[in-house]
Amino acid sequence: MKIELLYWDGCPSHPEALALLQEVLAEHGLDASIELHEVLTDEEAQELRFPGSPTIRVDGRDVDVAGAESPPALTCRIYYLADGRVSPVPSREQLEEALT
Amino acid sequence: MSTTVAQSAPSFTLPGVDGRDHSLADYGDAPALALVQSCNHCPYVRAWEGRLNAIQKDYADRGVRVVAINSNDATSHPGDSFEEMQARAAEQGFAFDYLYDEDQSVAHTLGSKRTPEVFVFDGDRKLVYHGGDRRQQRRHGGLRLTICATRSRPCSPGRSRRSPTRLRSGAR
Repeated sequence: MKIELLYWDGCPSHPEALALLQEVLAEHGLDASIELHEVLTDEEAQELRFPGSPTIRVDGRDVDVAGAESPPALTCRIYYLADGRVSPVPSREQLEEALT
Repeated sequence: MSTTVAQSAPSFTLPGVDGRDHSLADYGDAPALALVQSCNHCPYVRAWEGRLNAIQKDYADRGVRVVAINSNDATSHPGDSFEEMQARAAEQGFAFDYLYDEDQSVAHTLGSKRTPEVFVFDGDRKLVYHGGDRRQQRRHGGLRLTICATRSRPCSPGRSRRSPTRLRSGAR
């Protein structure tokens, strides 16, 4: 399983997203490495189809498919959670669904 | 859950950092209303604040209104609390209204997917611009040009009026 976390360095939410991702992996006994990609420029954002920070992909598929459709940019993402709330990081459930 | 971009301005009544409630109707006379999905903690948003301030100041005498809206959950992200919003606005001298969407209903209705994300509505409160990054601004003629285009006369002497940029499906 290929797990990627794409972020831009100024995003204060990517450490939280990484910690949550590591938690979920551990809880489910999944032994997988996480590839961290720092996106530095608009050109890289375009090339990587980076819709904002943080972005987590499992085997190339975004954990929030709807949000992945946004035009690439160095910006911060908004995630729509199952309970209807919005959040700067994906939910545990979104990660679990993508990983298991 | 809605992730469809709003095509008309959502109705709202939200508390502002100035201590007053602000409703869509309060901006009724504005020929262009820019709602900006914003927040308090994101450095990318912070990098935009000066730009938004400049736009609001430059177009204030023409009735254009810029309104930033924070919909983040202050329980999980205390830096986005209303008190922190007030502190940030005072510190930076915001010329635009900064509102707190505590129940996140405006974010849902707008179909926001990032911060900052700009939605410009014309005098009929129809969406004429949706974008965020500079690349998109170039592609869609830019936020300033769109605001100009929603007005009844040119923004600058010698410039002809441009038609508002209409969004394609999906606001790409």
